[in-house]
Amino acid sequence: MHSDQSYTGSLQTFRHGVHPESYKERSSASPIERMPFVEEYTMHLNQHLGAPSKPIVREGQRVRRGELIAEAGGFVSVALHAPVDGTVVAIDLFSHPNGQMQPAIKIRIDPYSTQRMEVPLPEIPVEQMDYQAFINGVQQAGIVGMGGAAFPAHVKFAIPEGKVCRYLMLNGCECEPFLTCDHRIMVEYADALIDGTRILQHFVQAEKIFIGIEANKPDAIAILREAAGSSGLPIEVAPLQVKYPQGAEKMMITAILGEEVPSGKLPLDVGTMVSNVGTIVAVADYFRRSKPLIERVLTVTGTAVQRAANLLVPIGTPMRQVVEYCGGITVPSPRILLGGPMMGMVQKNLDVPVVKGTSGILILTDKEVQSFDTYSCIRCGRCLDACPLFLNPAKMGLLAKNGLWDELEENNVLDCFECASCSFVCPSGIPLVQSFRVGKSMIREKKARENK
Amino acid sequence: MPESSRTIISTAPFLHDQATTPRIMWEVVLSMMPLLLAGFYFFGLSAVLVTAVCVLACMGTEWLFQGGAKLRDGSALITGMLLAFTLPPGFPLWMAFVGGVVAIGMGKAIWGGLGQNIFNPALVGRAFLQAAFPGAITTWELPDGQYLTGRGGNFSLPFLKADVVDAISGATPLAKMKFSHELTNWSDLLVGNTSGCIGETSTALILLAGLYLAYRGLINWRIPIGIFIAVATLSALVYGSAPDRYPPPHFMLMAGGLMLGAVYMATDLVTSPLTSNGIWIYSCGIGALVVLIRLWGGLPEGVMYAILLMNAATPLINRYTRRRVYGHS
Ligand code: SF4
Ligand code: SF4
Repeated sequence: MHSDQSYTGSLQTFRHGVHPESYKERSSASPIERMPFVEEYTMHLNQHLGAPSKPIVREGQRVRRGELIAEAGGFVSVALHAPVDGTVVAIDLFSHPNGQMQPAIKIRIDPYSTQRMEVPLPEIPVEQMDYQAFINGVQQAGIVGMGGAAFPAHVKFAIPEGKVCRYLMLNGCECEPFLTCDHRIMVEYADALIDGTRILQHFVQAEKIFIGIEANKPDAIAILREAAGSSGLPIEVAPLQVKYPQGAEKMMITAILGEEVPSGKLPLDVGTMVSNVGTIVAVADYFRRSKPLIERVLTVTGTAVQRAANLLVPIGTPMRQVVEYCGGITVPSPRILLGGPMMGMVQKNLDVPVVKGTSGILILTDKEVQSFDTYSCIRCGRCLDACPLFLNPAKMGLLAKNGLWDELEENNVLDCFECASCSFVCPSGIPLVQSFRVGKSMIREKKARENK
Repeated sequence: MPESSRTIISTAPFLHDQATTPRIMWEVVLSMMPLLLAGFYFFGLSAVLVTAVCVLACMGTEWLFQGGAKLRDGSALITGMLLAFTLPPGFPLWMAFVGGVVAIGMGKAIWGGLGQNIFNPALVGRAFLQAAFPGAITTWELPDGQYLTGRGGNFSLPFLKADVVDAISGATPLAKMKFSHELTNWSDLLVGNTSGCIGETSTALILLAGLYLAYRGLINWRIPIGIFIAVATLSALVYGSAPDRYPPPHFMLMAGGLMLGAVYMATDLVTSPLTSNGIWIYSCGIGALVVLIRLWGGLPEGVMYAILLMNAATPLINRYTRRRVYGHS
């Protein structure tokens, strides 16, 4: 079980995991800057997991900053709002960061607008709402998990029949190298974070609230401890050992509670609700300042960008302009990654907009994104010692390589959450997690076919 | 480079740990250099000659079966050196060559290459030589400080046995123990100033190399420790029951190939179990078998067979020491 530990003493953590270099120093001390407005914004209808949003505006229509432009397309879906005062100039297919052409609403900014947001507060204060109205509010605010997966937040906040939420956990681990946006959010938006926590706590009534933070962010730990102390809420700031993937939901739960989330189950099955710190700030923004999710904090960093920064960027801003704001790229053939280097995705070019799930834009040199030789598995066991789920990546890698999908499934590949720790340590450079991604989709495909 | 494909990374992770397989292998080779030097110091040029021939045979065979690219992982070089370290310094060079070919060919290539083999390749080569040339492989010589002359047996030719018989032989500490109950001085065992195989005599140097490898995470420290514990406990029990008939534990630990086997042979990554529990079973098993064979078997030395037997048991151990996966009961 957890205990009240100071972060100088022994730190809570999970077993196994890896220690990649953090590379956070470049941006961890840079205060969040507001990115200036640009001419055009591309609002993808599909920037969360689940059904895409449904547009409710026409081409040529004028929209106000914060105005609803697309409504949720189902329960697992969220609303979308205009990030600026302007005019809808197109509803068409545009490049999405996921590499595909996808429907989006393009808005040209009104150059004469002050961009003041004048959306009235909800009629009834959030404390007087019932649970359902709160959940609806979160969905209407367009809030998704800001940690990167962009899963609609209201779905996570809803507690299914028969489940209880004993613990509320705020995830401020930020274990991915390079990224510092959550760190800055905790330091600079501590009050909003506590306020958002108060709102969520009002509904979930958890016995205890934990804020899990890796111990390499002592300023965030100190500030939140102080803010939590005067909040009157049952908050415990839990400094966690610096280790990847400490920020994975299951790993944080195990670190703090000493309990495992059973295979195939959700955190709520062990009485826990986990939410990223940025998501909680978005909750406060909406219910206290009636500002829907129209901008987010992201980290622009890497060795091939002029200046590393943490920026508050309107959703829909072209990434090229975000990078240019940071002084541009300094090498001829950069490698661009979205998200962190352990779980992020390669981006071919910068002609895509920022979406709600964009936690970082990483510009690295060709050399840094190492290419290396692959050798035979020498059965060194390093991958086994790295896997936080105690899987056997060496064996799974062999099975995946030979297309033995059934045996791969028996070896619990579906539990693998693709943290990439195994590939990170493999001295033979075997593309382990890469082959598990393929294996998982093959197994899922097969299951889908069988269920028909 | 047809065999080792260069990965162009297009999916995460984009960071990688420092250790690579060639680096691991070369570091192991580096750690063996002091042992080779000690071999030279005690047994002269012969030690170097036998080692060179074994390495040549192993690398040549690897090249033949797998192509040149595979040589870069350094594993054939290690096999060659380890095989040589388990041979007497006066061993005929042509036999050493055959041993090298067999080590790679039967120890590794027929299984499908590095990572697929069940038995430690160097020991496969050693076992073959022991079966094929039982005379030559038990012909020992004392350290004599003659650095530049090759030993008599080295240059014998196939099918002409005369030279081998000519060699001045000096029984190993284990043989002296077994056949005439004569205990070798512990300081000689520590330094390595005894007759024996090229790389096995210096307990102190091997231990130092082992400490280095364990510190660098290149061997699993549980393997030598498990072996030491098993050998020490069992032989202490036996010695305690009849001190006049059996050797004391420190002798069991320092004599013969135990140190070399525990640090370099049993720790072979490919042929030892993957999980910690499995490794304890494996290493204690080796220790127990060594004591059994040495004290009650027909041979003075049992390290090679003990390791090979536990190599054979490794797939089974792996099966029964599966770890509990996170979130499963
Ligand atoms: S880390 Fe790589 S080489 Fe080592 S056991 Fe795992 S897959 Fe094999
Ligand atoms: S097997 Fe999956 S969960 Fe385990 S280390 Fe590899 S990617 Fe992570």
